[in-house]
Amino acid sequence: MYIAVKGGEAAIRNAHRLLDDRRRSDRSVPALTLDQIVGQMALAVDRVMAEGSLYDQELAAMALRQARGDMIEAIFLLRAYRTTLPRFAAARPLDTFRMRIERRISAVYKDIPGGQLLGPTFDYTHRLIEPAMADDPPVDEPMRRLSEAENCPRVTDILGAEGLIEADGQAGSDGEPGDLTRDTLDFPISRDVRLQALARGDEGFLLALGYSTQRGYGRTHPFVGEIRIGLVDVEVELPEVGFPVGIGRIRVTECQMVNQFKGSAKEPPQFTRGYGLVFGQSERKAMAMSLVDRALRADEFDEERTAPAQDEEFVISHSDNVQATGFVEHLKLPHYVDFQAELDLVRRMRREQERPREETESVQEAAE
Amino acid sequence: MSATTPTYAFAYLDEQTKRMIRRAILKAITIPGYQVPFASREMPMPYGWGTGGVQVTASIIGPNDVLKVIDQGADDTTNAVSIRAFFERTAGVATTTRTTEATIVQTRHRVPETPLAEGQTIVFQVPIPEPLRFLEPRETETRVMHALEEYGLMHVKLYEDIARHGHIATTYAYPVKVEGRYVMDPSPIPKFDNPKMHRSPALQLFGAGREKRIYAVPPYTEVVSLDFEDHPFRIQSFDRPCALCGADDVYLDEVVTDDRGGRMFVCSDTDHCEDRRAKGFTGEQVHQEAAE
Amino acid sequence: MSDAPLLSVRDLSKRYGARVGCEDISFDLWPGEVLAIVGESGSGKTTLLNCVSTRLQPSSGAVSYRMRDGVLRDLAELGEAERRFLMRTDWGFVHQNPADGLRMRVSAGANVGERLMAIGERHYGRLRETATDWLGRVEIAEDRIDDRPVAFSGGMRQRLQVARNLVTKPRLVFMDEPTGGLDVSVQARLLDLLRSLVSELGLSVIIVTHDLAVARLLSQRMIVMKGGRVVESGLTDRVLDDPHHAYTQLLVASIPES
Repeated sequence: MYIAVKGGEAAIRNAHRLLDDRRRSDRSVPALTLDQIVGQMALAVDRVMAEGSLYDQELAAMALRQARGDMIEAIFLLRAYRTTLPRFAAARPLDTFRMRIERRISAVYKDIPGGQLLGPTFDYTHRLIEPAMADDPPVDEPMRRLSEAENCPRVTDILGAEGLIEADGQAGSDGEPGDLTRDTLDFPISRDVRLQALARGDEGFLLALGYSTQRGYGRTHPFVGEIRIGLVDVEVELPEVGFPVGIGRIRVTECQMVNQFKGSAKEPPQFTRGYGLVFGQSERKAMAMSLVDRALRADEFDEERTAPAQDEEFVISHSDNVQATGFVEHLKLPHYVDFQAELDLVRRMRREQERPREETESVQEAAE
Repeated sequence: MSATTPTYAFAYLDEQTKRMIRRAILKAITIPGYQVPFASREMPMPYGWGTGGVQVTASIIGPNDVLKVIDQGADDTTNAVSIRAFFERTAGVATTTRTTEATIVQTRHRVPETPLAEGQTIVFQVPIPEPLRFLEPRETETRVMHALEEYGLMHVKLYEDIARHGHIATTYAYPVKVEGRYVMDPSPIPKFDNPKMHRSPALQLFGAGREKRIYAVPPYTEVVSLDFEDHPFRIQSFDRPCALCGADDVYLDEVVTDDRGGRMFVCSDTDHCEDRRAKGFTGEQVHQEAAE
Repeated sequence: MSDAPLLSVRDLSKRYGARVGCEDISFDLWPGEVLAIVGESGSGKTTLLNCVSTRLQPSSGAVSYRMRDGVLRDLAELGEAERRFLMRTDWGFVHQNPADGLRMRVSAGANVGERLMAIGERHYGRLRETATDWLGRVEIAEDRIDDRPVAFSGGMRQRLQVARNLVTKPRLVFMDEPTGGLDVSVQARLLDLLRSLVSELGLSVIIVTHDLAVARLLSQRMIVMKGGRVVESGLTDRVLDDPHHAYTQLLVASIPES
């Protein structure tokens, strides 16, 4: 006799047990330690922190290990934890001028005060898989700067001193940045919230959109004013003590894109800005973000919005990979009830279509 | 290296978040059918899998509540099992499969066959809360359409259905008008269930996590399915009763019994079916077996 | 024609930054009157039309309209709901490109019926009847009622757009180069149709065109624009037969005698 399917609970339990087994795989091989992941899979950890919107290397490493290396799953784990944390305060704006710089390049000036600093980059490596890396060959100690680094003014400040680039955007009226994880999203949204969404946005999605602007879908004529990577202090204003207090130091990548100039009869032409800031070391994401940020400012500059990258609702509604993966993957949940309704309708419509044909056929037969 | 060990509140969400969601729910109840934006949190289950419903349930549930969770009408579909387990674990509440025993029913895609009573709350999981979304993709535009009650486009869609198919071809997520004002998406329940929403004594709450909207139908509220005077709204009917319990006024699931085209139809609402069978009702399958 | 104007435009200007769209325009439109606004492209005639029809917000000046209850209202003071209601009941707007005024992926019947549904018609049979009637009046075969405009020729699309606008019996219709994208023989047929519908229904029309022949055929009065300003206005026959302003003389001279 047919019995409605039961046993969902046991099936889930067994599936998760198998998942645990697959994650751990061969028990004779030592398990990955968090130090190993943080140290040797550092860029994966950075991406999980950036798109998970939580700066915590150990937690990101735990998430990555638990997710078997699936980045979006790891981001998801981190987000689901982050959302339960209380929000004490908004930090003061990071002062990237005072960054302890590990890498800093500009594509608009050959030489700049403080110099160009390549830092730990894949640029200029030959992308050849090194057979020797299969083992653990000894690695040389890095070269170190002997003298204390000189001042490194931001390239946008250099341009700004001459009035050649628009000023930095202003914070909202209350000085508090918006927070899309705490407030509703109400299109059109302000630039601070947009930047937050982009900073959390999926690297691949933003990369593709940024790329599309370069291929003519919302051109912005970008130049890399400056990319800098390094450690910055996070400071919080405590009303009780009356001065900002450092609460830690984080690694960030900042990209200042210098774009197409804009002017009018009254205002002399100035370059415009696109901005990218990402947790950890992720130049690709910071650059893509700054391209998309600038493209989304089309209305501000009276540019015609014709391309996907210029469409705020489109970009922001689809940039979040946790949202996207959830909704795409929900299609595998059962839809019996709805499908039953469609099945019934299709059958009925087929019957209805069948009927008049049968009738005409019988009429013809009668006529013959 | 040691990482911080996370701890979680009753029913997972922190109290500030629950308060924010309760405010949104209260607003939704006062404006029936209106989609209230809320600061939807990220949940430990994926978007599209019930994050909206779970947030609503987590915000209204108390230690004395009895929770029933169904998906496609059944208590034992995997996602229902998983959500029920989530609340057992995070809130330690009692759970049930009996509709009559539950104080809160969280559902995906169905309204139980057993009529809900005063004091019960049904929480719908909603994927796309905007009934106009597929006619007009822009939030900025649909917001104005709701504000100005510009619902002509909705009828254009129904008109097209009739012109093309001879009847309205929407079978689920069939749009309704609430209390004569807002057009609302009842979530992807089959239109069979729409009449159950009309003047229901239970409180009906709708949560859309990814889309960050909550809406509500308070008890005893008018819920009217859109139609034309000369093409009135009609629910699906099945030309046979449930093979297990013999019920002929319920929504049925089609079950493929073999690879030779064998089919049987059984109640989608498993609790309702079991309840009827316990009371001695039987369907054709039981009759056949008795005859063999 | 009645004594009271249907629409009054006073000192209307529209600037885009330092650039002038149109400047200092004043005119009245009487019930049942067809007014043509002519000029070359860039003369500001479409900007003027958009300002008058509330599709654009003027920089200064006022537009008033006599509502169905006889009260003259300043259109800038209408609420958004009132404005939209006015636009889809008592007004019509015929775009140069029919795709801007039609739902291209919805059947012709629904295109005609949409305005009626928007104001509460809930009877499918009656909607069909009205749509069929209107398709007939704009010379579209009845059996095309369930076809989408994407399958229509340019002329048919334009006639469908006209039907979609007239179904609520508006008193005022705006037209922006309605024959612009059509070839000559199709143009003639549409103009003929427009002329008979306008007189049959007693419509007031403001029509923007660069084609003086269109103005001659449809309008009783015309306004000639250049550089955002009115350079000449008056009865159409007078302006075309005896243009006063040098620019109008040039325009008139540039059309071949027919």
